[in-house]
Amino acid sequence: MSMIEFKNVEKYYGDFHALKNVNLSIDAGETVVLIGPSGSGKSTLIRTINGLEEIQEGQLIVNGYDLHDPKTDINRIRKNVGMVFQHFNLYNNKSTLENIMLAPRLVLKRDEAENKKVAMELLDKVGLADKADSMPSALSGGQKQRVAIARSLAMKPKALLFDEPTSALDPEMIGDVLDVMKDIASDSDMTMLVVTHEMNFAKQVADRVIFMDAGEILEDSTTEKFFTNPDDPRAKQFLSQVERH
Amino acid sequence: MTTIFTDNLSTFLSGFGYTLLASLIALVGSMILGTLFAILEILPNKALSIFGHTYVEIFRNIPLLVITMFFYIVISNAIKISGFWSGTLGLTLYTSAFIAETVRAGIQSIDSGQMEGARANGLSYGQAMSRIILPQAFVVALPSLANQFINLVKNSSILAFVAGFDIMYQANVIAGLNFDPFNTYIVAGILYLIITLPLSYYMQHLEKKSA
Repeated sequence: MSMIEFKNVEKYYGDFHALKNVNLSIDAGETVVLIGPSGSGKSTLIRTINGLEEIQEGQLIVNGYDLHDPKTDINRIRKNVGMVFQHFNLYNNKSTLENIMLAPRLVLKRDEAENKKVAMELLDKVGLADKADSMPSALSGGQKQRVAIARSLAMKPKALLFDEPTSALDPEMIGDVLDVMKDIASDSDMTMLVVTHEMNFAKQVADRVIFMDAGEILEDSTTEKFFTNPDDPRAKQFLSQVERH
Repeated sequence: MTTIFTDNLSTFLSGFGYTLLASLIALVGSMILGTLFAILEILPNKALSIFGHTYVEIFRNIPLLVITMFFYIVISNAIKISGFWSGTLGLTLYTSAFIAETVRAGIQSIDSGQMEGARANGLSYGQAMSRIILPQAFVVALPSLANQFINLVKNSSILAFVAGFDIMYQANVIAGLNFDPFNTYIVAGILYLIITLPLSYYMQHLEKKSA
């Protein structure tokens, strides 16, 4: 069953054509990595899935709801689709634990004791149980990102979107975050779409790799095929440039 | 000076009470109204944001005395409204326009990632605004809000023009009877300081605590 489906989606910023006739289907439980040069529309694409960006034409169906239909309640989709940002976007006025507990309390009306138990388990899972009472300003970038992942997981989403989750991190912080993401990807029920430049991560966890350039999806292949013998010449060129380093 | 104060103790105290009451009502009222109009101003809905902006520009750019007189003389023709309430209402609306600008600037200084993070996390716009954005915006706005609050207390002397029985009104009455305006107004000034100085220190304390 398809969890996320783009049908002939067009997105414009004024005159700029950001997404060009995007067709893409991601099944429930799949882990898909989205790569491409900067400015290719990867972030725009991923941000349309939970309505942070509006599309102008086409259909975008997420968890059974059509995002382009004005009658669709966007909050209902966001309940089931979590997002992890490049710059973490933790609530700066809330402790680590409160960051995780706030949305389940307000949106899911989760019982307070249960809420705290779930939050502490998640903090433990991302290796930060001792930081429960810390404010975000006291955390390192890698720690912030792991809290942000725990915050998303606390909503028990069906799908998780990662928008360059390691791009703003110091190199020594990246491993811990990727480990947490690999752990999530191993959960066969979780649908994951990851925009990243971490090729090794893509090779290890992705079921499929999608390559974008200039607002278009140019390649949509299994991970093995993509890294050994991609069809699209620009994807080939991109790979050779990335792998030279 | 002390004899003027002790001789007119009950009059001064009554004026002090009215000034304090008017200031408190206007402070709470203008904070609520100001925050509301700050949010209206930044809403994506064009009509609402124009409405918010118009309100702010009107009340920010008309003298407080004119607004107060409007309530006291024009509105009181239609609805029975005392001098105290015309003054307090005028003060509330006037101050709310400045507070709206202060809070709006505070909201806009908060990284847009805070709102995006909250919305992506499932919070509604209202929940994100009240739990995440506004608490941070108020901290940013504190020094400027402190100024607004102190101005508000001082501006409450507008009540003297509309028989609002505040400190300034009573000082005018007393000075008219004892022919010693010099010492009378010094007492009035001290009474204002008794309100504004602790307020100012309290706001500085809040600022330090939230820094």
